[in-house]
Parts: sequence; structure tokens; C-alpha cells
Amino acid sequence: MHELPITESLLKIALQHAEKANARRITDLHIVMGELATMVDDSIQFYWEIIAKDTIAEKAILHFRRVPAELQCMTCFEKYHPTDKELVCPNCHSVGAKIIKGEEFSLDAIDVE
Amino acid sequence: MTQRVSIVENILNANDRLAEENRTRIQSAGVFSINIMASPGAGKTSLIEQTLSRLNGKLRVATIDGDIATSIDADRAAAAGAQAAIQINTGGDCHLDAVMLHGALEQLDLTLFDLLIVENVGNLVCPASFKLGTHKSVLVASVPEGDDKPYKYPGMYRGVDALVINKIDLLPYVTFRMDYFERGVQVLNPGVSTFPLSCRTGEGLDAWVDWLTDNAK
Repeated sequence: MHELPITESLLKIALQHAEKANARRITDLHIVMGELATMVDDSIQFYWEIIAKDTIAEKAILHFRRVPAELQCMTCFEKYHPTDKELVCPNCHSVGAKIIKGEEFSLDAIDVE
Repeated sequence: MTQRVSIVENILNANDRLAEENRTRIQSAGVFSINIMASPGAGKTSLIEQTLSRLNGKLRVATIDGDIATSIDADRAAAAGAQAAIQINTGGDCHLDAVMLHGALEQLDLTLFDLLIVENVGNLVCPASFKLGTHKSVLVASVPEGDDKPYKYPGMYRGVDALVINKIDLLPYVTFRMDYFERGVQVLNPGVSTFPLSCRTGEGLDAWVDWLTDNAK
């Protein structure tokens, strides 16, 4: 559900940058989405088709680059991918980890004409 | 001819900037503020009621309640002793965002209060992504929800400053491994202030109210 305001934000950022570049048309958006970001790409796609209509981004294709989650144990510094049922360090079984990757949610670039 | 324009902008930037504005506004009025988040039914409103009753006028409290519809929560907060209780109806949105809080703050003279309690929409996913600008985030978990929630909703559990575990009076009746639950919390949020309590029996509430009062000073 929260993908609607997010898609609006996405469109706004893209249009601002397209205007600065004097673009006539936005053809592609390159979005980076971490595994832990609570966003659904299908939902963004769905809203995109509705809200981008009648803008210069109307036919733009959304590309999502997924970034897998990566935690780093703050005891032994092992880097690991968390599983569904366990978040503790698989190496030393300590708690206390930092999320290194996986929370990204950004617009990296647009292609314009 | 196609041209690549590099951007690298966090898509939630607009929200985050407005959250900063909210923070400045609350801060400069000398008010301490919390954002209470939880799944529906965990006991957010009950916690606010019990907190108000225990504060017993020691702090001047304003509440802002977010819900998809109805003013039930704001009415409950006002009845429990909040000096001001504002209801935000999100009209379907599953979380509060900085824009909504900004609008609600317009309706309050913040200089009249010591503590602002924002009650988010009941949801364990979306509110974690939208900063509001409050000083501290508080998550209310409850025993009947199950002990696996920190594993299923890491985004919510890792970002909070305090964790209330409500309905501990139900521990004898449900399967809830406190050690498994706490391990999940500690992995991503080591040292988070934790308050096991029961809004029904009152057990554990004093420690929570002390934490709040100390912060609000």
C-alpha cells in the first residue's frame, strides 16, 4: 500500500532531473532496491503506469536492481546473509550485528532523450 | 539520442527532509516526542491510556493518533487525560508520514506541552520506512503475536529506541519463548531499552513511565 506515495516520490525525482538535463522524454529508470527494503516492485510498477501517464516519463521502463542483505557480526566481524529463522552470526553465534547491505532504496540513474 | 543521467537519490528523501523540519519544530518548543508503532491489537492505545493515568498530570501531554478511519483512539486518549488529542485519518494509508505529522502539528500550540505521543497506524512493516521527526521510536510487541516477529520484521525491530513487550500476563497461556524473541531483538538492536509489562494488570508499567519521564525532563 505504501508503494503509492513512494512511486509519486520516484516520479517527482525523475522529472526534476530530466528537466535539469533538458530532456524531452525519460526512457528508463534504474532503481536500486535492497532485500530488506519493504517495497514491492510489482506494486511500484502498477502505480507507475497510472501516475506517469501524460508525463514525459509515460513510457519509461523501470529496472530494479536487487541488493541481497548482508550483516556483519560485531564480535568476530564475519559477514553473512541472514536466514528466515535465524539472525545470529553463523560463525560465532553472537548477537549484535550491523546491516551492511540490503536497506538501499534509491533512484540511481535515468536514461533520457 | 539516449543519455544517462546519474542521480543516486534516496527515494524517501522528501519525507526525511520534512521529518527534520518536524523535529526542529518539536525540539524548539521544548517538547519530548515519541512515535509508538505496533501491529494492530498489540496495545498501543492501552499503553497510552495507562501511561496517562500513571503520569497523573505530572507532564502535559498531547497525543496524535493515526488511523485509517474513526476517532476512537483520540477519544480514548482524551478520556484518559491527554490535554490535547488529535486524530489523523490517513484515508487508507498504512502508516503516518512526515507530511501528515506536519499537518497535525499545525493544530497544536506545542509550547503548552511537555510530551507529545504519536500513535502510528497499526502495522509492522510500513511505519519503519517513514521517519516522522519524533525524538524516539517505540515498538509495542505483545506476547500473543508470537516470538518470531523480530525475525519476520527486522526493519521494524532494528530501528526502535525502546521496546515494550505487552500482555505478559498471558505468558502462561501461549507459546512464547522469551529467550528466542529477545535473541532476535538483540542481534539487530543490541542494548535497546526493553519493558515487559501488562497494561491489564499494571505489572511493569512503572519502569516504562520512569523511562518516559526521565527522557521528557
